[in-house]
Amino acid sequence: MNPRLSLLLFVMAGLVVAFAPLPDPAIAPQARTFRMDARQFAYSPSDLQVNLGDTVTIQLLSTDVVHGLYVDDYDVSVEADPGQTATLTFTADKPGSFRFHCNVTCGAMHPFMIGKITVGTNNWLFRSIGLAALAIAGVMVSIKPKA
Amino acid sequence: MAKIELTRSPFIKNTLKSRYPQLAVFIVMLVGYIFAILAGLIGTPVGSHNFSIVFVWIAWWAILILVVVPFFGRGWCAMCPIPLPGEWLQRGAVLAPPDKKPKWLNLRVPKMFRNIWLQNISFLLLALFSSVLLTTPSITGIVLAAMLFAAIGLSMIFERRAFCRYLCPVGGFIGLYSQAAPIELRIKDKQVCVTCEGKPCYNGSSAGYGCPWDVFPGGLTKNTYCGLCMECIRTCPHDNIAVNLRLFSADLAKPSTRMDEAFKAFIMLGSAMIYAGVLLGPWGMLKDAAYNVGSNAWFVYVFIFLAIIFGILPGIFTLGIVGIKSSTPLKHRFASLSSALIPLGLMFWVAFSLSFVLTNASYILAALSDPLGLGWNLFGTANTTWQPMLTPILAPAQTLALVGGLIWSARTAQKAANEVKVSSIPMVVYCFVLTSVMLWLLL
Repeated sequence: MNPRLSLLLFVMAGLVVAFAPLPDPAIAPQARTFRMDARQFAYSPSDLQVNLGDTVTIQLLSTDVVHGLYVDDYDVSVEADPGQTATLTFTADKPGSFRFHCNVTCGAMHPFMIGKITVGTNNWLFRSIGLAALAIAGVMVSIKPKA
Repeated sequence: MAKIELTRSPFIKNTLKSRYPQLAVFIVMLVGYIFAILAGLIGTPVGSHNFSIVFVWIAWWAILILVVVPFFGRGWCAMCPIPLPGEWLQRGAVLAPPDKKPKWLNLRVPKMFRNIWLQNISFLLLALFSSVLLTTPSITGIVLAAMLFAAIGLSMIFERRAFCRYLCPVGGFIGLYSQAAPIELRIKDKQVCVTCEGKPCYNGSSAGYGCPWDVFPGGLTKNTYCGLCMECIRTCPHDNIAVNLRLFSADLAKPSTRMDEAFKAFIMLGSAMIYAGVLLGPWGMLKDAAYNVGSNAWFVYVFIFLAIIFGILPGIFTLGIVGIKSSTPLKHRFASLSSALIPLGLMFWVAFSLSFVLTNASYILAALSDPLGLGWNLFGTANTTWQPMLTPILAPAQTLALVGGLIWSARTAQKAANEVKVSSIPMVVYCFVLTSVMLWLLL
């Protein structure tokens, strides 16, 4: 096959893998409450899973020093004093996987006090692995047989 | 694409030939470096508000791994201040032409150390303590000072830049990844070097010093050990040295067969994956283990770290290539084919660093105004609040870096496989699996 045509086909396939709309599983939104402990330098639980549209409430209990919780992309945050519980509520209306961070300097490893919340399915991860597989297929197809 | 000789431009050539522009950059860097040491030792112990942590591990690291290494290879080594005091003492001069009397001991580095195993070890030592090093200003200050004094000490004992060439933990991986960069220093005409009397580029002359990196430019075929110091441009009496723009990863068309370089590729690849899991992942237990140096958990962490780098990653790689029919010895195949991991490792570091740097870049503004954390507000930015930057494009950018690195590595694997006359499929599959793991860790 013409190499340029092959490249065009792989690029088009890549665009489909990256951006083609996927069906949303019809799950009714619900209220979800997580009681989360924060200590130097970890959250527990640190890996949350909710459905798209859920109303998420995080009750953050700081067990040592002042800690915060900031959710990437949602741009929402809360701070909890030592021994106190602070509550953060937001609607999980953006699908994907998001890191949350401590946003109050809490000690040496503070920049790495990180958790993760996945809203619905982490489609971007699967799309990315699909892109990687497609890229490999493209490279393998382009291998010229040895003379 | 043919190479483009940048030194054809009189402006570029004169700038590189003159010692003064480089000296000006060196002095700025040296002042910054010494300030980072002092800030680490006397500034606030809060890492995210201390110049040493913020400017070394966020600002410098971002520029190094996202810009300088991928596009300029050893460009950082050309302006690194660490070897300067030692080199000035060794030469007994800052700019003056060299005399023929060697200063200090001027010994040759023993043959057993003329490889990058010491650099592999020094990088691993820093890597194993990285959770403390990256977050504790005093430790960063001590390590920066130790590197400066080690460079001075080695300059007193050995000839040329022994620290840069054989011990620097940063120089080791910059050298590895510089093979992928689209810039090189090479000779123009080999015959000119063959007939050149005295080889002033290596031995020095009244025009300048012999190669500080112990490289004979006439034999340069790879970027790995050329520090881009430009000394040979100054000493070559035949105007036979060029700085060229070239295709990315041109050096990897002829892969190395050295085991020290092969393991450097595994060390860097494995470290990027481990850091992605430990530092950026949600697993507090891993962070505790990495940070609590000396605890039982830390020793387990060290064991697992080393097992991944020296056992699991090269072990699976070997399993993939051991069954391939080839007349090339396994050791030679292992070293050659591991060159496929160089672009992948570089892009793993880019993807990891994007996350780390964009999340923490806002600390730079605050530390600029209050570098020691003493309550200053020099530029009115001391109270800048922490805010992650560009998070909506972070995941796509990381995917682009990782998938791009995978394609780059797969193409490199094909070239390396052709060199040793084996199939590239096992390496390509290996790179795909590692990329998928890295995607899972970061996304």
